[in-house]
Amino acid sequence: MKLSCVALIFSLIVLASATAAAQSSSGGQELAPGSPALVTSEELLQMLQSGKDKPLVLNIGPSLLFMQAHIPGAEYIGAAAERQGLGRLRARVKPLPRNTSIVLYCGCCPWSHCPNVHPAYNQLHAMGFSNLKVLYIANNFGSDWVDKGYPTIKGQ
Amino acid sequence: MRKIVLLIVVIAIAVAVYEAGRHKSSAKGGRPGALDSAAAAFSLQDLDGKPLALANYNGKVVLLNFWATWCTPCRGEIPQFVDYQNTLGPKGFQIVGISMDDDPKPVREFYQQFKMNYPVGMGTTALAESYGGVLGLPVTFLIGRDGRIAAKYVGAADMNALQQKIESLLAK
Repeated sequence: MKLSCVALIFSLIVLASATAAAQSSSGGQELAPGSPALVTSEELLQMLQSGKDKPLVLNIGPSLLFMQAHIPGAEYIGAAAERQGLGRLRARVKPLPRNTSIVLYCGCCPWSHCPNVHPAYNQLHAMGFSNLKVLYIANNFGSDWVDKGYPTIKGQ
Repeated sequence: MRKIVLLIVVIAIAVAVYEAGRHKSSAKGGRPGALDSAAAAFSLQDLDGKPLALANYNGKVVLLNFWATWCTPCRGEIPQFVDYQNTLGPKGFQIVGISMDDDPKPVREFYQQFKMNYPVGMGTTALAESYGGVLGLPVTFLIGRDGRIAAKYVGAADMNALQQKIESLLAK
């Protein structure tokens, strides 16, 4: 009986550790809605319009969506779910001071299904960027930014 | 003199009636991709390099699906679309896929893997904009036999509602 209890407790500890490790490596917990790592559309708009301490805004989504409409001043990096996109992201931020204010955004699909935000966030987090945010887009860039009348521009 | 005045009045009335009609129709479906507007014509190549034009399906009910291989909700819809094409195709139904992937290679692989049975072309900015902009995926349009947009679904479609709408359009 004692042995069974010890085995059960040990199994639970191992399971809890594995779950925590998985969430940490995927960034899943940190990027849950409401997390301080996220910034809302309204907050980002205010940051961009304030004129001071503007963040570097990087688009880590697909090019066809970026070309149709994107946040003015945003730089196109490419889909961070793909090796090439992640490589471009690394190369772009490598020379920057680690306290640079950076906002990542995608908006290709609903937040829970976006393949790009977690790899991009994890990459920059691992590189030591401390002033890093991700734009929270619940549905997609069209619904959550363009349809609200927020500013956009076209092209690369 | 009276004849000239009468002629001017008749012309003025005709112009006014024409303009009123024109404004009414543009308000109803003037924006690209708007419901009841004419579906924008396009001419692309499919993944095998064969011509893919909306005009090829005149008189059919067309489901136009903007999707991508990296889009999880899109991937969830594809098996159902394959089934629709099999079962509803003989009744005058046609699906056309427009991939918003940056590169056709994963699209070709996906096409084989999912045994897709309808044509797929690679999207362009111009095509997306001609349907009002595709700024999130998936986006699906249903185009009636008359060539007008009958329904638009942003995000994963409710398959029951979608099927009912397709069948009602096929019955027209």
